[in-house]
Amino acid sequence: MITLTHYMVLSGILFSIGMLGVIRRKNLLMLFFSTEIMLNAVNLGFVAVSKYIGDLSGQMFAFFIIAVAASEVAVGLGLLVLWYKRKQTIDLDSLQSMKG
Amino acid sequence: MFEAIAFYLFAIVTVAMFLIVVFSKNALYAMSALAGGMIFIAAFFFMLDADFMGVVQIIVYGGAVMALYAFGMMFFDTTRDVKENIKDKRIIYTLGTLSFILIVVIMSAPFISDHIKALYPSLPGVGNPQMVGYVLFTKYLVPFEVAAVMLLVAMIAGIILVSKKMDQSITTMPEVDKKIEAEEFDIKDAK
Repeated sequence: MITLTHYMVLSGILFSIGMLGVIRRKNLLMLFFSTEIMLNAVNLGFVAVSKYIGDLSGQMFAFFIIAVAASEVAVGLGLLVLWYKRKQTIDLDSLQSMKG
Repeated sequence: MFEAIAFYLFAIVTVAMFLIVVFSKNALYAMSALAGGMIFIAAFFFMLDADFMGVVQIIVYGGAVMALYAFGMMFFDTTRDVKENIKDKRIIYTLGTLSFILIVVIMSAPFISDHIKALYPSLPGVGNPQMVGYVLFTKYLVPFEVAAVMLLVAMIAGIILVSKKMDQSITTMPEVDKKIEAEEFDIKDAK
């Protein structure tokens, strides 16, 4: 029998994988991928709670998270392309311009 | 029984896909694995009777977001392996393991509140997409409209940002070539 705890633990595992990616990655495109993983993990948690409590609010929240993620990708990739045109690299360290 | 088999199967496959995304050196492999993981997440949504969310997940993540990433990657050099200058691996993995344990322990805590009750309970005999429609266009109408405006703003922002200097090739930028040539001359002069 699969309970809510199963889904919450899976959501937590996926979220930590995404967070490990955010800590580990230095390439900005890979950082975007990792944030997508984290958003997906949270969505899974919301929908699981929504099912087990019998409430649709969780699904609505997940729906709006998907909308926000889609617009985030559009704007973020635009900025990334602009940065690549300027610096010829998408390494995270290239964003560091202040010496110290 | 079948639910348990499906859950564990998809859980293992999803975790494997996302681990490939996090640890792969090739950007193209990472993107393909991410697309696969998104589709497997949609399978969980179908298992949780959230048909609408499952379809939205496949269309928006598996389709739109991945196509956007694929287009974005045409601007970058994806055939080369991603070179990353990671300074201290031990700190990263220690912090990663600690936060992993913390998050999983927090998530596995049981729900003990008796005050959780459904605000918008599912009605018997009404399917999930219909119910989502009822709730979305009554209680969540204003956020829905705001989300529509936000998507429009994001679309315009994306077009404006990327279309700048679209007539110039990024790989053969004359001023960059000149700069590199000048630097080479400087080095020769110094010698």
